[in-house]
Amino acid sequence: MAYMANLRVWRGDHGEGKLVDYSVEVNEGEVVLDILHRLQATQANDLALRWNCKAGKCGSCSMEINGRPRLGCMTRMSIFDQDQVLTITPMRTFPVIRDLVTDVSFNYEKARQIPSFSPDPATKPGEFRMQQVDVQRSQEFRKCIECYLCQNVCHVIRDHEENMPAYAGPRFLMRVAELEMHPADMADRRNIAQDDFGLGYCNITKCCTEVCPEGIHITDNALIPLKERVVGRKYDPLVWLGGKITRKQHRDTPRVPGKH
Amino acid sequence: MTDIQRYSYDVVVIGAGGSGLRAAIEARLAGKRTAIISKSLFGKAHTVMAEGGAAAAMGNVNPADNWQVHFRDTMRGGKFLNSWRMAELHAKEAPDRVWELEAWGALFDRTKEGKISQRNFGGHEYPRLAHVGDRTGLEMIRTLQQKVVALQQEDAINLGDPEARVKVFAETTITRLIVENGRMAGAFGYQRETGGFVLFEAPAVIIATGGIGKTFKVTSNSWEYTGDGHALALLAGARLLNMEFVQFHPTGMVWPPSVKGILVTESVRGDGGVLRNSEGKRFMFDYVPDVFRAQYAETEEEADRWYDDQANNRRPPELLPRDEVARSINSEVKAGRGSPHGGVFLDIASRLPAEEILRRLPSMHHQFKQLADVDITAEPMEVGPTCHYVMGGIEVDPDTQAAAIPGLFSVGESSGGMHGSNRLGGNSLSDLVVFGRRAGLYAAEYVDATERPAVSDAAIESAVAEALAPFERTGGESPYAVHADLQQTMNDLVGIIRREHEMEAALKELVTLRERAAKVSVTGGRAYNPGWHLALDLRNMLVVAEAIATAALERQESRGGHTREDYPAMSPEWRQVNLICSLDDDGRIKLTRQPLPPMRDDLLALFERSELKKYMTDAELVSLPAGDSAQEGNH
Ligand SMILES: Cc1cc2nc3c(=O)[nH]c(=O)nc-3n(C[C@H](O)[C@H](O)[C@H](O)COP(=O)(O)OP(=O)(O)OC[C@H]3O[C@@H](n4cnc5c(N)ncnc54)[C@H](O)[C@@H]3O)c2cc1C
Ligand code: SF4
Ligand code: SF4
Ligand code: FES
Repeated sequence: MAYMANLRVWRGDHGEGKLVDYSVEVNEGEVVLDILHRLQATQANDLALRWNCKAGKCGSCSMEINGRPRLGCMTRMSIFDQDQVLTITPMRTFPVIRDLVTDVSFNYEKARQIPSFSPDPATKPGEFRMQQVDVQRSQEFRKCIECYLCQNVCHVIRDHEENMPAYAGPRFLMRVAELEMHPADMADRRNIAQDDFGLGYCNITKCCTEVCPEGIHITDNALIPLKERVVGRKYDPLVWLGGKITRKQHRDTPRVPGKH
Repeated sequence: MTDIQRYSYDVVVIGAGGSGLRAAIEARLAGKRTAIISKSLFGKAHTVMAEGGAAAAMGNVNPADNWQVHFRDTMRGGKFLNSWRMAELHAKEAPDRVWELEAWGALFDRTKEGKISQRNFGGHEYPRLAHVGDRTGLEMIRTLQQKVVALQQEDAINLGDPEARVKVFAETTITRLIVENGRMAGAFGYQRETGGFVLFEAPAVIIATGGIGKTFKVTSNSWEYTGDGHALALLAGARLLNMEFVQFHPTGMVWPPSVKGILVTESVRGDGGVLRNSEGKRFMFDYVPDVFRAQYAETEEEADRWYDDQANNRRPPELLPRDEVARSINSEVKAGRGSPHGGVFLDIASRLPAEEILRRLPSMHHQFKQLADVDITAEPMEVGPTCHYVMGGIEVDPDTQAAAIPGLFSVGESSGGMHGSNRLGGNSLSDLVVFGRRAGLYAAEYVDATERPAVSDAAIESAVAEALAPFERTGGESPYAVHADLQQTMNDLVGIIRREHEMEAALKELVTLRERAAKVSVTGGRAYNPGWHLALDLRNMLVVAEAIATAALERQESRGGHTREDYPAMSPEWRQVNLICSLDDDGRIKLTRQPLPPMRDDLLALFERSELKKYMTDAELVSLPAGDSAQEGNH
């Protein structure tokens, strides 16, 4: 049942590197991460890759397998033909550190710009009352394991590095949507979603949704509803007028930390 | 030593799991400059894998629940070897810590009244686990991560620098604690990305590094669990408590081989799943031990009624504490009644409608579908025991989490005492936040009361030399080979059922493995080189393995996560003994016996005398306070 798989793995650091051919044993039931571990233990001790849980829960083992963004630990070898060459490369959108490991600090910077959960200060811990139907929408987005595969695939930044400062990407626009739909959150992040996080760049191609290993409906349930809300806010005549007269942000729009 | 980056902090927290993050948040709230250090990326620590939930007696589902009941369950689960003070603080403070998470943005599943919902779990008398489907750990870590971010945002606005008071050093591994004149002075390590060295000078260090599972072959734990904190503490001169107690979770995946050990959450049983052998029999009824007889159902009918009516029925035996269930599965397999791949069957498909399974156990469904081609809404799973959690850990003060060296603290899975000889499911996540807060608080207090010891050059030089040693050697073995043999040794010889001659053999083998580890060499450079990282981790796993095997050989009884085939009974005399590991001058494990502190009278009074009789010596029973038997047993 065991066979030898032909792998081409990207080896190198800081942008300089090449695809290296390996032949590695595969046994029944194994996933790509198992094969890479075997390669590491037997032929390439210093092969750099990230992983933690080996069960699709931590979002560490993101990579591109034959050009498709995937979790190595959730990709069964059995979905490939045995004689097919597997090309394994790091996520393309982020700078390579070494081999399959990329610098994902972009994502942590974006995470730090989104104004945090802002409950009513009068509600004390233990006093929150929320219905299951009301928390369910945000709960879907909180399934996110921060694998950044959606960030990696979104064409707004995949092919356009220059958009990175102005665009938070699907994962973090979804975080904005999550807070917007959180039943106990009081802040209004609609303007900043558009102005600071670049919601307008997204043209709902749904590529992000397609690669999400958690099966989150990023586009349909987060991005499109967020766009609708933003439109609602933008054309609310009172808000619009208020914004014009004072030239200030609406009072319940939080500051974007590090941006002002 | 030009390539060492130096930082100075008030509090350095090693570990970014639930306990480390909670500790760091508290230290920062107390105004301390705090560093958070983690081997993997921020938000990926092992806590992310926790599934079932966090135990806290909020009484949202059954109002009869309260801290006393939770305390009792915890002590029973740990077979009365717990630090009773920690179990008390934990039971009392867990609800506040869970509610606090909600105030920081966590979205737990709800009851009909809109409160936090709670689910049943093994050993817990009432539904007690706050949860989010079966991804509670993810919710906890993300909430704490986002709270750290919220604090950084505050500092960005008020101080102009988000990292003014709390900074995360991700993918950074600590290899040494630095002690000067008997007090903590700092921590030394390397950054994975560059291989460059870092030195953190700080008067207070909190070890929150999690567990030791990677010492065993079949485990639910990730690569991070190499017992670093345990080893760092020992090497610095601190002590470990009761390392023989290792929890084998009864339900890990057994097939295919590459996923062997990956966890199948206990929620499957909490939500109605049952265990069957190859004959289709619900075998757990045959394995209810005497100490638990009064609390568990005797027939399938009663057990099934319990899910809807807990006041008038007793619990299903599938929900016995983990050590009991793991041993029972082991016995069934040994008796030839196992499943095709050497486990037993866990069946939820015939117990709940498919859509309900999908709602309650979505990630289990996903896991089995993707990794084993099994649809758990239609077929049973195959499961067997897997190394999951270490009850033993760094000996700490129960109120402050302070370890034996002034300025050193430990919290979470790396600390010992709270769970006694066996941890109840759900009691870890709550442990993390209860004692995380305490560790942060008392570390901050300690910083206020102490001066800053300086780190000596000699300490740095020896840490650098140790870290670079694997590069200096050539032609040695690969660290992967030594690691694989260590895992096999521990699995075969110090596993779930232990025998004297096997543990002696293990200790002998560990000596050889140590010699081999001292000679491994690594290829490649210093930047992101996992071979080098593993070579350094070997030191930690080996010393932890020795501690486990030595303590396991010493304790001549069976209790919780320590089962001796040659001493199958629980011994009241041994219940009075804590086994303490420290290092001798040659770096070998030295074992001492230490009496367990006697439990406070008001806590003793929470148990019936008839129950205490099962655990205590006659001498202890004689000195029990009068009137303790007033307590009604409640089921
Ligand atoms: C699959 C699974 C499911 C579980 N489910 C539950 C559950 O439902 N309920 C429950 O209560 N418990 C559960 N547990 C147990 C619980 O998750 C863990 O005990 C708990 O998360 C440990 O948290 P921690 O804060 O101690 O450490 P961790 O979350 O493990 O974090 C350890 C941290 O220390 C860092 N670290 C380690 N060594 C070093 C070093 N040398 N230098 C720098 N950093 C280092 C790591 O990078 C990491 O950030 C489960 C465990 C597993 C494996
Ligand atoms: S839907 Fe929007 S966010 Fe998602 S990939 Fe397309 S453009 Fe990017
Ligand atoms: S939304 Fe999905 S694809 Fe994007 S980071 Fe989260 S889990 Fe990954
Ligand atoms: S290793 Fe955690 S998602 Fe793959």
